[in-house]
Order: sequence, then structure tokens, then C-alpha cells
Amino acid sequence: MSIDKDKIKHISKLARISIDSKKSDSLAKDLTSIFKFIEQLNELNTDKVEPLSSILNTPLRSREDQINDGKIRDKILENSPKKNEEFFVVPKVIE
Amino acid sequence: MSEIIKKNLSEIIDLIKKKEIKSEELANLYIDKVNKSKKLNSYITTCFEHTIQQSKEFDKKPNLNSLLPGVPLAVKDLFCTNGFKTTAGSKMLENFIPQYESTVTENLWKEGAILLGKLNCDEYAMGSSNETSYFGNVINPIAKDTVPGGSSGGSASALAADLTPATIGTDTGGSIRQPASFTGTVGLKPTYGLCSRWGIVAFASSLDQAGPMTKSVKDCSIMLEAMAGFDNKDSTSIEKKKENYSKNLKTNIKGLKIGIPKEYRVENMPKEIDELWNKGKSILKDLGADIIDISLPHTKYALPTYYIVAPAEASSNLARYDGVKYGYRSSKGNDLIEMYENTRSEGFGDEVKRRILIGTYVLSSGYYDAYYLKAQKVRQLIKKDFDENFGKVDAILTPSTPSSAFKIGEKTNDPISMYLNDIFTVPVNLAGLPAISVPAGLDKKGYPLGLQLIGKTLDEQNILNVAYAFEKNCNFKNELKNWWL
Amino acid sequence: MSKDKFDYFIKGEKNKYEVIIGLEVHAQVSSNSKLFSGSATKFGAEPNSQVSLIDSAFPGMLPVINKECINQAIRTGLGLNAKINNNSVFDRKNYFYADLPQGYQISQYKNPIVGEGKVLLDMPYGSKEIGIERLHLEQDAGKSIHDMDPSSTYVDLNRSGIALMEIVSKPDLRSPEEVNAYIKKLRTIMRYLGTCDGNMQEGSLRADVNVSVRQVGDKNFGTRCEIKNVNSIKFMQLAIEYEANRQVELLDEGKKIEQETRLFDTKKNETRSMRSKEDAHDYRYFPDPDLLPLKIEQKLIDDLKKTLPELPDNKKERFMNDYGLNSYEANVLVSEKEISNYYEEVAKLSDKKLAATWMMGDLFAMLNDKGLNISKSPISAKNFAELIQSIKSGEISGRIAKEVFELMVESGDNPKKIIESKGMKQQSDPKELEKIINEILTKNKDKVDQYKSGKEKLFGFFVGQVMKQSSGKANPQLTNEILKKLLKG
Ligand SMILES: [Mg+2]
Ligand SMILES: [Zn+2]
Repeated sequence: MSIDKDKIKHISKLARISIDSKKSDSLAKDLTSIFKFIEQLNELNTDKVEPLSSILNTPLRSREDQINDGKIRDKILENSPKKNEEFFVVPKVIE
Repeated sequence: MSEIIKKNLSEIIDLIKKKEIKSEELANLYIDKVNKSKKLNSYITTCFEHTIQQSKEFDKKPNLNSLLPGVPLAVKDLFCTNGFKTTAGSKMLENFIPQYESTVTENLWKEGAILLGKLNCDEYAMGSSNETSYFGNVINPIAKDTVPGGSSGGSASALAADLTPATIGTDTGGSIRQPASFTGTVGLKPTYGLCSRWGIVAFASSLDQAGPMTKSVKDCSIMLEAMAGFDNKDSTSIEKKKENYSKNLKTNIKGLKIGIPKEYRVENMPKEIDELWNKGKSILKDLGADIIDISLPHTKYALPTYYIVAPAEASSNLARYDGVKYGYRSSKGNDLIEMYENTRSEGFGDEVKRRILIGTYVLSSGYYDAYYLKAQKVRQLIKKDFDENFGKVDAILTPSTPSSAFKIGEKTNDPISMYLNDIFTVPVNLAGLPAISVPAGLDKKGYPLGLQLIGKTLDEQNILNVAYAFEKNCNFKNELKNWWL
Repeated sequence: MSKDKFDYFIKGEKNKYEVIIGLEVHAQVSSNSKLFSGSATKFGAEPNSQVSLIDSAFPGMLPVINKECINQAIRTGLGLNAKINNNSVFDRKNYFYADLPQGYQISQYKNPIVGEGKVLLDMPYGSKEIGIERLHLEQDAGKSIHDMDPSSTYVDLNRSGIALMEIVSKPDLRSPEEVNAYIKKLRTIMRYLGTCDGNMQEGSLRADVNVSVRQVGDKNFGTRCEIKNVNSIKFMQLAIEYEANRQVELLDEGKKIEQETRLFDTKKNETRSMRSKEDAHDYRYFPDPDLLPLKIEQKLIDDLKKTLPELPDNKKERFMNDYGLNSYEANVLVSEKEISNYYEEVAKLSDKKLAATWMMGDLFAMLNDKGLNISKSPISAKNFAELIQSIKSGEISGRIAKEVFELMVESGDNPKKIIESKGMKQQSDPKELEKIINEILTKNKDKVDQYKSGKEKLFGFFVGQVMKQSSGKANPQLTNEILKKLLKG
């Protein structure tokens, strides 16, 4: 799989990372070589193999339905780059 | 410079228990050396006021029955520490101060340890040389132009340079064992689920494990005992009783079966590593172990598998860094989407961005089956390789790394050659097994090299024992010249 | 309104179209705490006050699942006659949005907790089965508030992480009326089960509506549009009407429908393309590595099954069999658990059929008037039953009963007491009545003569006079009989 600038553009859009067009070329080159490396896996026939879903074979643990968290608004907002007393604040979203 | 801080953790604990040194005195010795060792760049944050205040408090009412009585410790800056900056080596979290404590560090403090500072690491633990940190690369005390390995490079460097008596790191694909090998120290990656992941900045959730990095195997057993344990806040934490690794440590390994996987003899591996591996075999054989040749046929596919699974999980784990709740926010951009794109572009470094893009791609529509699903299938095969062999052997011996510490900048422009550093460590993460790297010798340049012992699930005691016996008979000595002072 | 034949088709300029609707209902699970954290789920709390470090996705935070949410999903699945899957998986659905702190929603994709099921609708043109494709558990997002500041959006994460059941129907719905019936039925079932309070004003029940159209007779589905997050039945119906007509217009003009996510504008009553979701179609689902696969033991399913209440379909059948109600009456009386309980209490103590009539008439009108739930009814079921019995036994007339009813509403008193104290008992003593009637006939001799000479319409006048004289208490039947007899003589 060769990764070109258009693909970089598409995935960087999905990942919400703007990529400098100057850097796009070298990134495409790096990713192409990484994917070439990754594609060694195609040597293996895995048709009959179950994908590994978890390395632990214990069942999922669950907790009781109790309220024991929350009520820490100040703590939650403390580190936010933009906030007021009650809310996180982000640039206006147009739906 | 005081001889005391050159000692192993277990010796220092003895001094404290015998009241030959006070916690505060000890803290001051480390603080002094840390202050003089800025060249290594192993610390991102220090919190000496806190350290002194805590050590004074300990000295007033010393609890000598705890595992780490009044011992100052620095930890990798991937562990969230309540009230102290936690950066993950990233600009994104440059000013992030968590108001919570990771379970693992909390466990250490409960055993009497005291936070000394936060240690440099590759950004979000993505790297094998500690060169991707936003806070600059870390230098290996072995030689001033070498990397300490990564991602727990700050931890390894600080430990080797006596800037902390022991430390903890995280290991997603070798990030404890490879830097341990590069710095002549001991590093253990526990069974997946033995140490809680709660409060550790996540890289790849199905692979991440915290573990100890120490100067000796005994130290390693003490630290593991202190940090491990079931945590109901982590759904992948294993429910089991605490073990007394340090008390149960023994050197008798007679009759143990040690597997030697032929696939770990890779092309272009320096002869010295092969020789060291042979030396390891003969030491264990002399101690009464049976050396058995085994095959782990899918070994070569571990690294490609890892470079699908880890970036995929990382791309999702790092989506939360969007400039809204905490961390860096770009001032550029006219709407929410532009804010995201600029924040993440400016806040993440190149390697992190590269891996997020790889991860995004392998999960994206039309590629999931070809990459991610394929990788999960191969991961199954890799796990099966180990499962089948652990019917025949009790532990597996391999080299820890395919080379000794390399030069700063040597591999930064070639991601694949950088990734290949983890070729021997990655399979263990994919299979969720415990493995320890023990220093075994020096190469021609005098740089340390380690051997890796891989154990069965939750068989930490066993590989600690083998490593302990090996260490006693190996006579490894790190030759540090303190050039940075 | 009711029609006995299905007739929802849209006629374009050229062709006649059928509307195909599938619903993804998001029902908030009734639970104290969130799906993966211990924060409260109460509606209307102070902004960001019910948010934990997990809900706001701080570094290193991990999800631990709430047992009750799993049980609620199983109960709901059983209520929808669906298959409960012993193995299911939680996946991450990755996309960026201001009120999605993790950058992904924990949801279920390939292996949901509940598989195929069905819901039965009672339509005027007969009963109709709507297929359920699946039900899965997922996290709710927070709330973005766009109208508090001209240049910023405010984010409240109180909802973030609350458990939702996404119930996906098959594309079996064909009209806004069927959607109305379907949502109401779902809500009834969940309220019976106690798994979702169904409160649409509070956002406990919302739906993504998938609409497509095709020419009548076509076998293939057309391209669909998804109208996101519609939070009232009325809006769903309006949105479907608008969207179906929009699509028909396009197709008639020979244009193509673009598959997209649309938004219903409640002010303009129209749907429009949603800018913010433009490139959100690639969700990069993968199993959440912070969670293990969910295993549900058959025993748990069996145990939960045993504790399920009687569900509306069964109850309706029983009401028809045991109480002699018709399908319509039974439907209305099982629509809410509280109503059915009330009815059963009344029916046990009084005439079943008359009780149904009075409940659906006067009682519902009164409750509706006062905006009250039946559980808050000023008339207790026991008192209501007594009223019904007083009517049935002839102790009071229907007309008086209405007065008694009013007084019961005002005072909350027992009808016996009201009837006694106000002397409202029906006059059924023939002697007494004859006396009154004789007096009236004597007083109105001229009218008696007119009646006798053929003006029979005057009969009503005499009845009226009797009622007036007796303050409405005269037994109407008896009055008629006696009047006829005396007028003849
Ligand atoms: Mg939807
Ligand atoms: Zn949903």
C-alpha cells in the first residue's frame, strides 16, 4: 500500500490533525515504508484464525449501581483552557 | 558524592530500618545529585519541597514495617500524580496537573515511598530512544552521545545515574525492558492485568503495563510487590491475592526447563549478543536448569502486528486531547474543527502524529479487515506459540534487544530501524506475558546488554527467581564514569 | 381520524410513492448511576455537577460497567420478545465533537447485547408487527449549548456517559401514524418494565429517523436520509412528512437522493443537511480494549425473565377475556401500567364494562383537564368503584352521577357520603313518584288536554317537570312508566 498526499489528507482530517503540506511528502514516504513493513502479515493465511478479543480470559466485571462520584465541577473545569464557572467553552459550533 | 545512593534499594531500605539514615537525609542526597545532573535531562519535574516535607513527616513517625519506608522515588511522567504536573512528555500536557493519583503510585506511597519527581519519557510513551519527548532527549549515563532507550528513558537514565534508588516505567512494546538493557539495569514487565492501569496516561490499552525498574533483581521483587495488586477501577485488572515476591525470592532453579527460541537469532545481530545469550544459557545450565530448544514460529510477525494494534488503540486513546477539557489549546482557528486540528497539530510531536495517522488508517472504513482484524488474528497465533511452548518449558530466555545503546540521532530519520529495536520485547506484550530484562554483560564499547526471561501468565515469581540466580552468577558490573557531573 | 385501510402514499407530479421508515430509538436506561461511572443521572441538575473524571475523559481514566444497566437491557430485550446474546462486545465509535469528551463513544457494534425481536402495533386497519433489528447499550454524549453566547458554544457533560439503549427497528414502518404507534408502544413496554421512564421532554426517549421513499410496487429500497435526534413524536411525524415529500420531489424531477445526516428544524418544520456531521461517517469502530467481552449467563436471563411484570400485549388479551372489553377499550386501559392497575382495582369491585366506559370518559377527561397522572387522581380507585356500583344498582342516575363525580373530585370524599349528605339518592319509590306526578298533572291541566288530543311531544315537558320537582333524583325509568300510566287514565 503506498500512501500518497491525498490519503494523508483524508486520514488527517479523520484524526483532526492539520498536516503542513510541506511535511506531507516526507510523512507519505514514512508511512509508505511502514505499511510495506506491516504488510508482511499478508504472508500468513489467517482464514481459520479467530481474532484475539482479549488476552485475559476472565469475564467482564461489573459494579453495583451506586452514586459515588460527580459533584466535583471545579475539579473538572480546573484544567480547561477555556471555561466559565459552569461550562467548558469552545468555539461556536454550527450544526 | 555519597556512596549511599549508589547502593541498591534493598540496601538503602536496610539502612533506614536500622536507623542508620533518616528519610530526610536520604532525600537530600538524591536532591543534591539530581540538581547536579541536569545534563542528563532525565527529570521533567521535581517536587523537592514535597519530598522534604514528606520525609520529615516520615522521620517523625517512621513506619518501618512498610515495603518502602521513607524511600524517595521518581516515577515516569506517565503516571498521574495528584497536584503534580503530569506531561506524558508532551506539549499537549505541558501544564496539566491531575487532581488524582494513579493506583500504582498510590500503592507505592502507601508502602512508605515519597515522590521525588517525574521522569522524562518519549511523548505518550511512543519511542524507543526517548528522543520524541517534547522536553528534549535524555542522555544515557553510560556515554554522553548515547540514548537511554525508551520510552521509559528518563527512568532508566535516572536510575543508572543514581538519581532515584528505583523507579517505575510503563511497557507497551518494550519500554521498560529495552531501556533497562541499554542502561545496565533490571526492568520487569508484569503480566497484563497485574498492575492497575488506572491513572496512567494510556498509549495502547491492551498492551500497556506498568512495571519496576531497579538496580537489582531483589529490588525489582520489592517494587513489584509494592505496586501490583487488584484494582476494581480497572476492568482489565486481575483479581488475585498479593504475592510476597521479595520474601519468596530464591536462587535454586534446579530442574527448571528454560526454552531457547530459535527465531530470536535474527539476521545482522551483533556477534556479542549471540555470545551473551550463550553465556546466559551456560550459566543457567550450570545452575541445574534444562536448556531446551523451542520454536516460536510467528515471532517475525510480532512487530508488524504491534505496529497495527498499538497505533490503532493509540489513535483512539489520544482522541481525548482536543483542547477542551485540559491541556494545550491552539489559539488559531475559526471554528471548533479548526481548533481541534490546530490544537492536535501543534500539541503533538511528529512521532505521535505519525502513529495516530497509522492507527486512524488501519481502522478506517475499507481497511479494518485488511489491517486491524488481520493483526488481531496474528496476535492470536503469537499467543498460541507461547501457550504451546509453556507446556514444555517454565521460562524462555532471549536477548532483550538486538543492539546496545545507539547514538543520539542515529535512528531518528528511519522509523523502521527504530521500531526494530523492540523486536525481542514486543511479542511478550502481544501475548500479555511477564518478562524481565537482566543485565548480562558489556559489549566492545563497554555498553551494557541485557537478557530477557519470559514467563507464563502470572508466573512473575519464577522469572524473578531465575533472574536472581542468574544475577548472582553473572558478575555484571556497570562502569559509570560520572562524566556529567 | 381513524381509517380502516392503510392509505399513506405520497403522490408526486408523476408517480405515487410509498414511505419506508426505520427508527433508531435512544432510550435512557433507568439507573441511579452512569453506564461506566458512579455519577448520578438525575435530570435537571446544575451544569457539570454530575460529572466524574471518567465522564470527562481525564488521562488514565477507565470504564467499569454498571450491573443494573446490563440487567435493564436484558429486561427490555425480553419485553421486545428478543434474543438475548450470551456474548456481546463493547466497541469504540470514534468521532470528534465538543460534547464527546473521550473522542469516542463506547457502544456496541457487531455484537450487541440483544438481537432480533418484535413489537406489535394496533392500527385501525389491523395489527401490524414491527421487527426489531437489535438493541445495544451505549454512552450518551454531553450537551452543547449554542445560544448562551454569540461566539461560543458551552458544554455541559451531565449527560455524558449516561446509559442508553439504542433500539433499532427494521425498516417496517410506513407512515407517521405507525411511527406514532410504535414509539408509544415501545414506551409503554419500557415503562411497564421500569427500564426507561420514556419522558420525552427530558430527553429520555429520542430517535434517529431513517426515511426513504420508493415507487409503489418497487421491491428495492431507495436511498435513505437519517434525521438525527428528534425528541418528540409530533416532530418525528412532521419530519417524516417533510422529508418524504422532499425526496419525492427530487425523484420526480429525476434527481438523486444523497445519503446524508439531516437535522429537523423545529421552528421551520423542515429538515436540512447537518454541517457538523459531514465527514463523520467513518467511525472506525473497534473493540474497546479497556473492557472485556460481556458474558451473560443463561441463568441470569432466566432469573430476570421470572421477575418480569405482565406486559401490555398479554394484559390486553386478559382484559378482553376476563372483563369483556373490546380491543379498543383494552388498548387504552393497558397503555400505562398505572392506568391498568387502577382499572383492575375498579373492575374487581364494580361493573367491568361500565367502569371502563366511565374511566375512559369522565375520569380521563378530568385528569387531562387537570394535567394529572392517574396515580395522582383525586378519586381513589375504591371510591370510583363505589360510584360505578351506585350507578349500576340504580341508586343514582347517570346525571346525578356526574354531579357526584364533580363533588368527589373537589372533596376526595367517598360517593356514599356525598349521596347521603346531599340527599342525592334516586327517587325510586312509586308511591312518592305518583304523588309528585299527580301534582304536576293537576297544575298543568291544559297541557294534559293538549297531550291527550295528540300532542305527544309534551311528554318530555312532563318528565322535565318531574325532574325539576325532584331535583333530578326521580328514577327516569319509573317516571316514564308512571307518567304514561297516569296520562292514559
Ligand atoms: Mg443513529
Ligand atoms: Zn446510538
